[in-house]
Amino acid sequence: MAESIITVKNLTKKFGDFTAVDDISFFVPQGEIFAFLGPNGAGKTTTIKMLTTLLHPTSGGISVSGADPKKQQNEVRHSFGIVFQDPSVDDELTAFENMEFHGVLYNVEKKLRRQRIEQMFKLVNLWDRRDELAKNFSGGMKRRLEIARSLIHRPKILFLDEPTVGLDPQTRNHIWDYLRQLNKTEGLTIFFTTHYMEEVEKTADRVAIIDHGKILTQKSPTEIIAENNAKSLEEAFLNLTGKTIRDESSNAMDRLRTQRKMWRR
Amino acid sequence: MNAIYILWLRQIKRYLRSKARIIGALGQPILFFVAFGFGFGPVFQKAGSGNYLEFLGPGIIAMSIVFTAMFSGIEVIWDRQFGFLKETLVAPVSRFNIMLGRTLDGATVAVIQGVVVLILAMLIGFRIQNYWLLPLAFVFMFLIAIFFTALGTAIASRLVDNQAFPLIMNFVVMPLFFLSGALFPLEGVPAGIEWAAKLDPLTYGVDGLRGLLENQYFFNLSIDFTVLVLAALALVALGSWLFSKIEV
Repeated sequence: MAESIITVKNLTKKFGDFTAVDDISFFVPQGEIFAFLGPNGAGKTTTIKMLTTLLHPTSGGISVSGADPKKQQNEVRHSFGIVFQDPSVDDELTAFENMEFHGVLYNVEKKLRRQRIEQMFKLVNLWDRRDELAKNFSGGMKRRLEIARSLIHRPKILFLDEPTVGLDPQTRNHIWDYLRQLNKTEGLTIFFTTHYMEEVEKTADRVAIIDHGKILTQKSPTEIIAENNAKSLEEAFLNLTGKTIRDESSNAMDRLRTQRKMWRR
Repeated sequence: MNAIYILWLRQIKRYLRSKARIIGALGQPILFFVAFGFGFGPVFQKAGSGNYLEFLGPGIIAMSIVFTAMFSGIEVIWDRQFGFLKETLVAPVSRFNIMLGRTLDGATVAVIQGVVVLILAMLIGFRIQNYWLLPLAFVFMFLIAIFFTALGTAIASRLVDNQAFPLIMNFVVMPLFFLSGALFPLEGVPAGIEWAAKLDPLTYGVDGLRGLLENQYFFNLSIDFTVLVLAALALVALGSWLFSKIEV
C-alpha cells in the first residue's frame, strides 16, 4: 500500500455546544481517489476546512503531506489545490487573469506559470475562451476553470467539495474524465465529496461515510455495497444514514445574492 | 511582495472595469459641491468668511475618498460570501499581507477617485492656491484613504452578511464625515461639536488638505499630519488583527 498522504486522528470540531465533527479518524494513501460522503450537515465541509487550514480543530491531529495544517500552514497550503462547494472565481476578471492571480499567489515563477496555465486551460478545454470575463461563463465552465486553476501550482492533493453539483451529465462526465486522467498521469490524490452515488461507484477507490460528525464506515464501494446487502451504493448509503431529511442551517448567501446587486453599482 | 502586487492589480482592474461604479461614486460629491457650494456661497460670503467653493473643495475631495475607501474595505464581505476570499485564504500568503494588499489597493482606487473629483471641482469653480503643495496634498489623500479602507476592512471582518451596512453608514461613516468640518468652519461652533470634531480623525485629514490647497488651517500641518498618520497606523493594525481572525 502507498504511503498515507492525509492522516486524521481523533479529530473533533465544536462550535459552541454543537459538535460538528466528533472524534473521527481516517487516512488517505497517496494517489488514491477518496470519496467523503454524508448527508447535508454531516460534517464534510467542516472536515475539509480543517484539512485545508481554514478552520482550527478543537482537538485531534491532522497531517496533510506530512505537515500539520495548524502549525505549518504554508507547507500544507502549497501541497493542495481545492475546488470549493460554492463558486470562487472572480467574475470581474477574465479566465486568464483568474489563473494568473492564482499562480502569482502561489509564487509559481513566471515562465513555468505561463506554461502551466496553458497546459491546464487545454486540459479543461477553455484555452480559446481564456480572455473572456468569468461572469460570462456557465456554471460548468466556471467549475472547469476552478479545477484548472487549482492545479497550476502542481499540488499533490486535490480537494473537491461537491464539484459536480448543479452540472449536467455531459459536463459531469467531462470533469471526471479530466480528474481520472490527472490521477493516472500525475499521481494526484483526490479527496472529494458528492451526493451523486453513481459517480462514487465509478471513480472512488475508497469511501468514508460520515453522519452526525461520526464516521460510520470506510471501505471500497464494492465492499460497502456487499456488507449492506445492497444493490447499489445509494441503497447502502441510505441503509447506513437513514431516510430522514436533514435540515441544514441556512447561511446568509441567498439574502446577499439579491442585495449585492442593489448596491454594488 | 508579489502577492501584495497581484491583489492590488486585481482591485485596480475591477475598478477600471466597473464604469457604473466610478460614475456613481462621482455623482454624490459633485452634487454636494454644486448644491452646497453655490447654495451656501452667498451666505458664507456675507458672513465675511470668504469664498465657500474654495472652503468646500477639500471637504468634497475628502468625501469622495471616504466613501470609495469605505466601500473597498467592505468588499471583504462579498469576497467572503461569494467564495473568492477563500481562494486567497487557502493560498500560501500571510493574512497580514492579504490585508495590506487590500488596504493599498482600496486606498489607490480612493485616491484616483479623489483626484477625479478634484479635477471636476476645478472645472466647476474650485481654485487651488498652492500648486507646489499638491504632492503633499496627495499624501494626505492617501492617508485618509488608508484610514477608511482599513476601517472598512476591520468592520467587514466582523460581519457575516451586509445586514448591518445601513447601520455602519449612518452611525460610523456619516457622523465621521459630517462632524469633520468638511462642510463648515470649526471656528465658533458649540463646544460639543468642536470636541466631536477633534475626536474625529477625518477632521485632521480635511484640515490638512484645506491648509495645503487653500492656506486655511484650523490646527496646523504638523498636528494634522501626526494625528492622521497615527490614526491610519492604528486602523491598519486593528484591521489586520480582525482580518487574521476571519474563519470562513
